[in-house]
Parts: sequence; structure tokens; C-alpha cells
Amino acid sequence: MGAIITLSILGIILLYLGLYNAKKALLPVTLVGLVVAIGFYLALWNEAANPIFSGMVVFDHLAITFSILCLVITGLILLLSKEYFRSISENIAEYYTLILFSLVGALLVNCYHNFAMLFIGIEIMSVALYILVGIRKTDIASNEASLKYFLMGAFSTGFLLFGITLMYGASGTFDLAGLRNYVNGVTTVSPLFYGGILLMLCGLCFKIGAAPFHFWTPDVYDGAPILITSFMSTVVKIACFVGFLRLFSTVLVPLDTFWTPVLLTIVIITLFTGNITALMQSSFKRMMAYSSISHAGYMLFAIVAVTINSGSSILVYATAYGLASVIAFGALILVKRRTGSDHFESFNGLAKHDPWLAIVLTVAMLSLAGIPLTAGFIGKFMMFNQAMSAINVTLLVFAAINAAVGVYYYLHVVVNMYFKDPAEEFGKGLDISVNYRVVLTIAALLTIVLGIYPDFILSFL
Amino acid sequence: MEGIVTQIQGIPLDHYIIFCSIIFAIGVTGVLIRRNVIIIMMSIELMLNSVNLLLAAFSAYRGDASGQVFVFFVMALAAAEVAVGLAIIIMVYRNTKSVDVEPLSKLRW
Repeated sequence: MGAIITLSILGIILLYLGLYNAKKALLPVTLVGLVVAIGFYLALWNEAANPIFSGMVVFDHLAITFSILCLVITGLILLLSKEYFRSISENIAEYYTLILFSLVGALLVNCYHNFAMLFIGIEIMSVALYILVGIRKTDIASNEASLKYFLMGAFSTGFLLFGITLMYGASGTFDLAGLRNYVNGVTTVSPLFYGGILLMLCGLCFKIGAAPFHFWTPDVYDGAPILITSFMSTVVKIACFVGFLRLFSTVLVPLDTFWTPVLLTIVIITLFTGNITALMQSSFKRMMAYSSISHAGYMLFAIVAVTINSGSSILVYATAYGLASVIAFGALILVKRRTGSDHFESFNGLAKHDPWLAIVLTVAMLSLAGIPLTAGFIGKFMMFNQAMSAINVTLLVFAAINAAVGVYYYLHVVVNMYFKDPAEEFGKGLDISVNYRVVLTIAALLTIVLGIYPDFILSFL
Repeated sequence: MEGIVTQIQGIPLDHYIIFCSIIFAIGVTGVLIRRNVIIIMMSIELMLNSVNLLLAAFSAYRGDASGQVFVFFVMALAAAEVAVGLAIIIMVYRNTKSVDVEPLSKLRW
């Protein structure tokens, strides 16, 4: 809880720093705050994981590991923000504040033990993001993305709330332990409860961007500023998955005959729409948006086949995906600054101008595609392994086909970087600051380390 | 307070559930078919308020206060959401001179 309070206060301090024009201090202060928050979480590690604040939140290992993951990824993204925010807006203090508030929401979702906290966490996270997406006030694409995100977010919140209400009507409690006792204790679960499960499933699938509730994702990811897109597609998505996992693994496991077919259908549709539409994109940013849909599909495998290991599978997958996304969006910012466009052609001949950036981006793409020796491979392997032990093999064939399709569009970028000639007018090399070099190198190294030695992270959960 | 609870309990619970489901469905339909952003926001409010009503009914029937507390959370967060939403609509209106969703189709696959 210390971490959540620290970050909330930090957000307000940052607003004052912005007011008194201490722009140089914003990034260091934010990073110090994030490190303090990580410290608070580490201090909780050996404590007993009992629900606190009248059963509102619980800091078990699942919450702590995922919260630290969210904090680290936010730190990496903020390190990339140094010049980026200055180039798109005057008031950069607001960016940091809103990102921190959104992060607070994500941390609340990670540790909820009562539906009230799930709802409040998701709302804190989303309301800050509605503003961040539309922060370029005169840009029509950004406006449109913001409005779409707002309408879809509020719409899905309605579904989530109706689901929560129906579950409350059936069981008389919002508490996860109470709900579990209800599900285990009664002989026939009330039909209201089943309706509640379906509606909550819809609401949560909206939030993670799983098909057929994905239609807002590409537009919003495309219209938002690139760094905000990277925040949305990593931290926010990871937090929503933890919310998903906690609900299904603590409460709904006994009812799996009811929801497994529904979730399986969603997984299959998600994988196919995500991958096949990604194939047809000409813009790198949109391709990443569709790829995030397909990754949501892979991560849902762990929830379809929910076991004691689901947490660690999602942790590995989310770490791999988060690191690779940070690299991909960081590289996109650099490339876009040079060419002014986010199409695949912008990456032509990158290897000649800046071999380092090309290598780092290649590692990220290989990790997203799931090639061995990268973290993405270990993540996919664990997901498939888990799916195979619980579900039938035909599903796995679908997943493997999709992984193969994925390789094609990820390698498209790599091919462009190494085998195409650059356009003449961009002859000179890129001007890359130290921050970018450090962050992207760290992320790439972690990706490879995790790929070779995954036990390093598995031992946490 | 007791009087209100007995009054609420005077109507069968099924009626509340059906009534709130109908209001919720009207809200969903409104979001899906209307083109004016203000009306879409009103429809979303309708969805949230049907939830509030149902929570209050369940809460009264079970004699459990947590449902009514949840209603306050929903109201507070709905208000926050509307504040941000209206700001976004004004921002869009400044650029497009309309509150329709139709002109907003620049982003398409």
C-alpha cells in the first residue's frame, strides 16, 4: 500500500514542480519515486499474504511480481520520454502526473481482493489514459482516438459493472473470498451468477482488447502519441490480465465447464483476427496494435487452462512482450523523427546507418515472433505447454499456425532494415541520445537473458 | 430507513432485475445506433444508472449495506468520467465543428 500512496503523492508533487517550472527535475524525481515504490513492494515480499483494509486488497506474490513488472516497464518508458514529450507539448509535467495516476490504477488492479477495488483501479487507470491519448489537442487523429477510447472504455465499464452487480445479487458479496465460498458452497449456482460471469468476461475482454471486442484497439493505438501507445499496450494490458487471472483462478475455477467454451472461442477469434489483419498493415504502429491483439490471445491461453502455474506463464509472457514492445516503440520514435512516417518503408536500410538500432530492433521482433533464444520463445513455449496439458491438441495447431503467420510480419521489418536500400534524402545517421541507447540495450539484453535462462524470473512466483 | 427497505421489498426482486436489464439494454442499443456523441454519453449514463438501481435493490433485499456503498463509488467515478468525457467532446468540437461520430473516421484499417 505504501507504493500506491507514494505514487499518488508523487503525482501531485510533479504538478507543483511543473507549476514552478522545474522541468529538469521532473524525470529524476519520478524515477526516484518509482524506485521507492519498488522498494515498498520488495519489503512486502516475506510478509504473510492476507487481505488487508477489510479485505479490499491483498499483496500476495502475484500482485508483487506484476506490480514490480509494471513499475519497471513504466520506468523504461519514462526514460524514453525525455525529449519526446517536449517535442509534442509545452506542459510536460502533466504527462508524468497522468502516467503516474494511471500506474496507480494498474497497481490497484494488480492487488484487488474486492470488486470495488477492481472497478476503481480500472477507472483510475482509464480516466487518466483518456486524457493522455488526446493530449495533442489540435491533432485530429489524436482527438478521434481519445473520443473512441473514452466511449469504448465507458461502454465496457457498464458491462463490467452489470456483471459485478449480477454476481453480487447471486452471492451477496463483492469479496473474492466470499465469492469463492459461495461458488464452492452451494449445490446449484444461481443463473444470475452465470449472467454475471458472461458480462464481466465481455467487460474485461474489452479492456484487454480481445476479439470480438477489439475494434477500438488499432484506432486508439494508432492515434495516440507513440509513448502513450507503448504504455497502454504494456502496463495497462498486463494489469488487466492480472485482474482477469485473479478473478478466474480464485473464484471461477469450479465453474470451468461453463466458461471454458466461451473463452476458447474468444481466444481462437482473437488469434485469427489479430494475426491476419496484422499481415495487411503498411504502418508499423498499426501492425504493433494488431500484434498486441494477437498477444492478448496467446496470454488468454493461460486463463483458459487455469492452473497453479498460470501466474508464472503470464509473468514470463508479459515480461517478454513488455520489453519487446518498449524496444519496438522506442525504435519507432527514432525512425519517425527522421522520416516523419511510421510505415515499414521508413525502416529501409536502417542497418547501414545505425547497426546498433537495427540489431536491437531485430532482437525485439524475434522475441515477439517467438524465435528460440529470446524471451518471447520461452513465453510462447510455456503457454502452449500449459494449453496442451489442459485442452486438446487441435487448439494448439491453430496457435502454431498463428505463430507462423506472426513470424512473417515481424520479419518484414527485419528484412526492410537489412536488405532494402534507404531513401536518398535520409542519408545521414540518426541522432540518438544516451537515454535511448541505455534503455533499448537493457531491454534487449534482458530479452536474451530471459530467453537463455528463464529460471531467473520463474523463481519469483 | 426501515420504511424505505420495506417499500423496496414490496416489489418482487424479479421485477427489479427485468426492469434494470431493460434499461441497460436500452443504454447499450443507444450507444450502438446513435451517432451524436452527447446522446451516446447519455446512453452510457443510462447503463450505469440501471446498475445503480439494481445494486440498491439487491442491497435492500439482502439487508447488506455494501451494495449501497458500491453505488456511491459508481456515481463518483461516473461523474469523473463525464467530466473528462465532456472535455474530450469539446476538444473534438473545436477541431471538427460537430459532435457527430461520423467525421471521425480518419483512422481505418
